[in-house]
Order: sequence, then structure tokens, then C-alpha cells
Amino acid sequence: MSKLGLIIRREYLAKVRNKSFVIMTFLSPILMVGMVVLIAYLTKVNDSDKRVIAILNESSYFENDFKITPSTSYVAFKDLSLEKATDSTSNMGFYGLLHIPESTSLLSAAENSSFYTKDTPSTSVIDIIEDVFQERIREVKLEELGVSSAQYADMRNQYEIRTATFTGKVNVKGINEIKAIIGGGFGYMIMMFIIIYGGFVMRSVIEEKTSRVIEVIISSVKPFQLMLGKILGNSLAGITQFAIWIISAGLLMSALVIFLDLDPSGFGNTSPMPGGGMSSLAPNPAADNATLQRYAEELFQIPWLMLICFFILYFLLGYLIYSSIYAAIGAAVDNETDTQQFIFPIILPLMLAIYVGFFSVFNNPHGPIAVGFSLFPLTSPIVMMMRLPGGIGAGGVPIWQLITSLVLLFGTFMGIVWLAAKIYRVGILMYGKKPSYRELIKWLKY
Amino acid sequence: MSIILAAEQVSKQFGNHTALNKVSLEIPKNSIYGLLGPNGAGKTTLIRIINQITYPDSGRVFFDGEALQPKHIAMIGYLPEERGLYKSMKVGEQALYLAQLKGMGKAEAKQKLKYWFDRLDIGDWWNKKIQELSKGMAQKIQFIVTVLHQPKLLIFDEPFSGFDPINANIIKDEILKLREQGTSIIFSTHRMESVEELCEYIALLHNSEKILDGKLSEIKRAYKNNVFKVGLETEHGDDLLKELAHTFQITKTSYDPQDRQLNFRVQLPSDDTREFLAHISARASINNFLETIPSANDIFIQTIQSKNLDE
Repeated sequence: MSKLGLIIRREYLAKVRNKSFVIMTFLSPILMVGMVVLIAYLTKVNDSDKRVIAILNESSYFENDFKITPSTSYVAFKDLSLEKATDSTSNMGFYGLLHIPESTSLLSAAENSSFYTKDTPSTSVIDIIEDVFQERIREVKLEELGVSSAQYADMRNQYEIRTATFTGKVNVKGINEIKAIIGGGFGYMIMMFIIIYGGFVMRSVIEEKTSRVIEVIISSVKPFQLMLGKILGNSLAGITQFAIWIISAGLLMSALVIFLDLDPSGFGNTSPMPGGGMSSLAPNPAADNATLQRYAEELFQIPWLMLICFFILYFLLGYLIYSSIYAAIGAAVDNETDTQQFIFPIILPLMLAIYVGFFSVFNNPHGPIAVGFSLFPLTSPIVMMMRLPGGIGAGGVPIWQLITSLVLLFGTFMGIVWLAAKIYRVGILMYGKKPSYRELIKWLKY
Repeated sequence: MSIILAAEQVSKQFGNHTALNKVSLEIPKNSIYGLLGPNGAGKTTLIRIINQITYPDSGRVFFDGEALQPKHIAMIGYLPEERGLYKSMKVGEQALYLAQLKGMGKAEAKQKLKYWFDRLDIGDWWNKKIQELSKGMAQKIQFIVTVLHQPKLLIFDEPFSGFDPINANIIKDEILKLREQGTSIIFSTHRMESVEELCEYIALLHNSEKILDGKLSEIKRAYKNNVFKVGLETEHGDDLLKELAHTFQITKTSYDPQDRQLNFRVQLPSDDTREFLAHISARASINNFLETIPSANDIFIQTIQSKNLDE
């Protein structure tokens, strides 16, 4: 086996045999699934928290307008004074009392109504009550204007413009966002991988320094070989961990779905709407299916193979750039507490890439900010991955941008690895010095 | 006499700091060569250049007659002063790894490791982790790993630090055996008594420059200053001393009238002792007469002090 192979093998084994690594590998999926279950459970608990609102209606309006929902129900008080009604409401533990005084018109009844609660009422409850009033008031006003409720429902249909590219391809609304989310997923994975496993590389370098094994090793191999072996060995360990996470999280999820009968797709669904009169407001099911099909088609048309190829390319270059910086930091310091001042400038462009990427690519995948950040080599692996699901060439990322971004990234990769190797070479043999940036620049000249 | 390693006018600069200034050395084969000097003199830099960890700014280094190149790494064994092992790795696995990095095959390395483990009586450590061993125990492993690939040149930087006296002796004997088997050894240390014991040749580095080198016995001869320790038996010690002080430089006198023992040191103008001996043998009986030869430690201190005075 070559020396590089030996180093990679040792680094890999040292990492995957490490107790905390093993624990994290198997605990994280459980924690993740546990979180999902907890959130699902909490959502259910929240839903089941029923509120009872008492209504003292002295007018002849709003008789049957307050409809029971899964979270709210109503109790009507009859022939009670407001004072007594308030007392009963608080004695019986109801959420609040809605008082609609006797009035000559619906408008004045609404005007003079009050809602009494023990503490400040939650905004969602107020929204529910206000919506009921609002709807009725609107109907009355529309009637005065001579508009029928059917006409009004028709008016409320939302207008959607049909969009198409110059070549005539019909665009699906929101597909940019979906594509950005897919790309964002790739970008986010790159960022997480860099932060977690770049840190591994750094700690591994620090460990070699503190255990003083470093000089023994580099009397046998070149410092650059050692650095490269470290980066590769640790990233292989990282890929192993990532793969275990994805597989086991998938298995656990499906096991949960089967055993606990949780319906993951059900979380997003809204409960069926009551009231037949509203059906005209719901989108036409046939049209819905067609749209879904267009979405599916559009997703199918995302060039997955190209996407995965570029993901691997951007991932490798990006990860190698950042992890060699991490290795250089590890070499420059004596212990982990000294790394803070150097870590922040690394995290910054990564965070910037994620946030700026999400906001600007979400809005406009080809706007100036999106383009700029997808060319800048420290952010391009993440931001370009967010843009790429839109395709390459017409309607997608222009080829010149892709090439420029890759050339810049590759150039930066060569430059940074060269610089990092220089700092690494000097740093690993320096003990007891707390290095400043000025010191590091001096090392480059050694 | 053939040369295993030669440095010619080697200089190395770190920023504004000169670590080595035109240092030239020749290290003879099959000998133990002491590389001496105070902290910061440039010893470690020179050793790192020999190990190709750093490279000289100017000057050349030759290994066994060839310009120093990467293939020579496998022929050098280096025990650094700042040394250690991976703490959470098992002893055997780690020794194998380090041996393979030096270019040994796995089977060969395993076999030789077995031999050395038995020889130093540590056969049952194979599956222990380094963090379970004491510092001295870990040093033994480190020593084995350094010499395992049978290098032509061994470099020991403070090899005895971290050893108790018993184990230090075991290691010293092993070093001597290795020399008998034909290995050349560079030995860098502050411990002068081990220099005296082990080294045939020395070089003294000070402020990045070589200020002295050669065969230890020749250096000592050059540094002796014709001071002799004299022990006489006489009843008239005080009178004799007074008389001698007229003609000779006498120091460190002591006289015990009861035992009739007179001890002193005398500085003679040359290494010709006949005149002085004739002078005193006519006046007292001589118990002992011994030339004082400077220790390596004396030479070390004397040379560096005189160098400091010059500057």
C-alpha cells in the first residue's frame, strides 16, 4: 500500500473506531426521528386542546353563524344578565364570553359586541370571532348593493396568470421555489458536511500536535501527504456516517409509519371543509390533477444526472478548499480553544452562501446577487447548486457562468491548498505559540 | 574513513532569524557523533534538514556520498526530542503503521517487531493502547519504531529523557550494540556525561554556527592546559608550599599536618613534567601525580563562554 493509502486507512479507522463517533452515528438518526415524532405528538396535543366559548346573544342576529370546529366549540347562554353570564363563564372554566347586545340592526349588534376573557385572549381566537362577524357584515353590505352570494363567491376566485418561456414551454407556478429547495438541499448538505467533517480534520491535526507524534510521522512522509491523507480519511469516515444516517433514518421512518400508523403525508392536509355552499371555492379537482402532473413532469425534467455530477464536483472542490483551511488552522494552534478566531471567518461565507442563496435564488435564480455568489469561489459550491436544478443553457444557468464558476473554484482550490499546506508544514512543528494572522503570513515565507 | 553524512555550508533562515549559518559537518560511518549546543543553537533545525522535514536555504547535504534525496528517508531513523504516539491506538497496530510508513512490508515489520518486543521484554503489550502505558514504556515503543527498519543512520535527540536510570541503561546498551553492527549514530543531547560515555566525535553549535568539531579525544588533548593534581607526603608542608609558589603556579592547596598530606594543583608552562617532578621528588615523597583532562562539560562551557566574551 502506498504511504498515502496507509495514512488514509489509519485516519479512517481511527475515526470510525472512535467511541463518540460511533455513538453519534447511531444516536443521531434516533434523535432525528424522535424529534419528528415529538413534533407530530405535540401538534396533536395542541389540536386536542379544545376551547369552549360562551355566547350571550341578546340580539336576533348571528344565530347560527358560530360553527363548532375541532378546536373551538360554543355554548349559548339564554336569558341571563351579562354579570351572571360572566360569572358562569369563569366558574365553568370556559375560555371566554362573547356578548352580543340587543340591537336593531346587524351592523350595530356587531358594533356593540364585546368579548370577555380571564386574561388577554389569543389572537387566533379573536381571528375566528372577527372572521364570523366580518363575513356576515360583508354579506349584508353586498345584499344592500344587490350582489347575490353566488356572484360574490364567483368574484372571490383567485386570478392566476399563465406563464410560459419565450420558447413556448408552459411554466408551472412555484416551480422555481421547488427547484431552489431541491438545490438548497444539496447546498445545505455541502455546508453541513464542511462544518462537521472539516472540524474532524482540524481536531485530528490538533491531536497529532498535542500527542507530539507529528515529527515522528513527517520524518517518514511529506507534510502534504499527511494533510491530504487526513482530509481524505476523515471525509471517507464522514461519508460513511452520512450514509448510515440516511439509510437508518429512512428505515426508522418507515418502521414508525408502519408500527405507529402515522401518516406523514397527513400533516399537511387540511381537514375537509364543512358546508356545501363553499364547494365552488375549492379548486376544480380535474384541473388540480393536471397541475400536479405538470409539476411531476417538471420535476422529472430536472436533469438529475447532471445535477448529481455537478454536486459531486462542487462538493469535492468546496470540501477540499474548506477542509484544507481547517487543517491549516489545526496546525497553527496548540489546542482547540485557540481556534475560535480562525473558525469564524470560515463559517461566515458558508452562512452567507446559505442565507443569501436561499433569499436571492428563491426570488430570482438568475439575478445579479445569485449570479455573483455563484461565481465567488467560497460560496459558489452552495449557491450554484441552488441554481443548477433550473438547468443549464437556455432558461437555466448560462454556460459561461458555470465554466467561470468552476474555473474560479478550481483556481482557488489550488491556491488555498498550496497556502494551507505551507501553513500546515510550518505550524505542525511550532509549539507553545499563539499565532496571529501576521504570524501566519510570516510562515508563508519560510 | 568514509563519511555517512556531510553538510556543506548549510544555512537556514526563518524570517529574520538565522537558524543555521554556513554549517559544515562530516559524520564518519560507524561512529557515534555528538551534536551539542545550548538551546536554540540550531541543532534541531540541522536534524530536521537531515530528515528532509525542512530544506536548507543554501548549502548542500550528502548522504553516503549522494546528494540527499527522498529515497534516503527510509535509510534514516529519527527519534525526535518532541516525540509521542497516537494515544488511542494499540501498540502493535501503531508500530506496524509507523514501520510501514518507513517503507517496510507488513510481514517483515511484524516479524521484526516481535523480535524487538521480546528483546526488550514487552511482548505482552501488543494489544494495549498507548494511553494505558507509562511514559517510560511508551518511550521503549518509540525507540523500537525508530530502529526497526535497520537504518544506516540513526538520529537520537535527547534519547534518554523520559527513561528511569535502569531503562536508560538498557537503551544505552542497545545504542552501543547498534553501533557495533555498523550503524552510524547522531546523538544530540545536553547530558554531557552520556556524551563522554558514548561519543567518539562531537560538534558544538552555538548561535547558529559550528564553533568546534572533531574527535572527542583530540579535542580534549587540545583543551588540556597542563594542570596537574599533585599529592605529596611531607612533614614541612607549609614551607614547601611557600617555596614552590616562588617558581610554579600553585592553586587549591590543602595540608593536613597530622596525616602529613599535602595536596595542590600546579600549572606547568608546557606538558614537560620532568623538571617539576625532579624538583619535588628531591623534597618529598610523591603519593600521586595526575594530569587533569577537561570533561566534555568543561569544554562545552569554556568554549561557549569564550565565544560569548568575543561577541
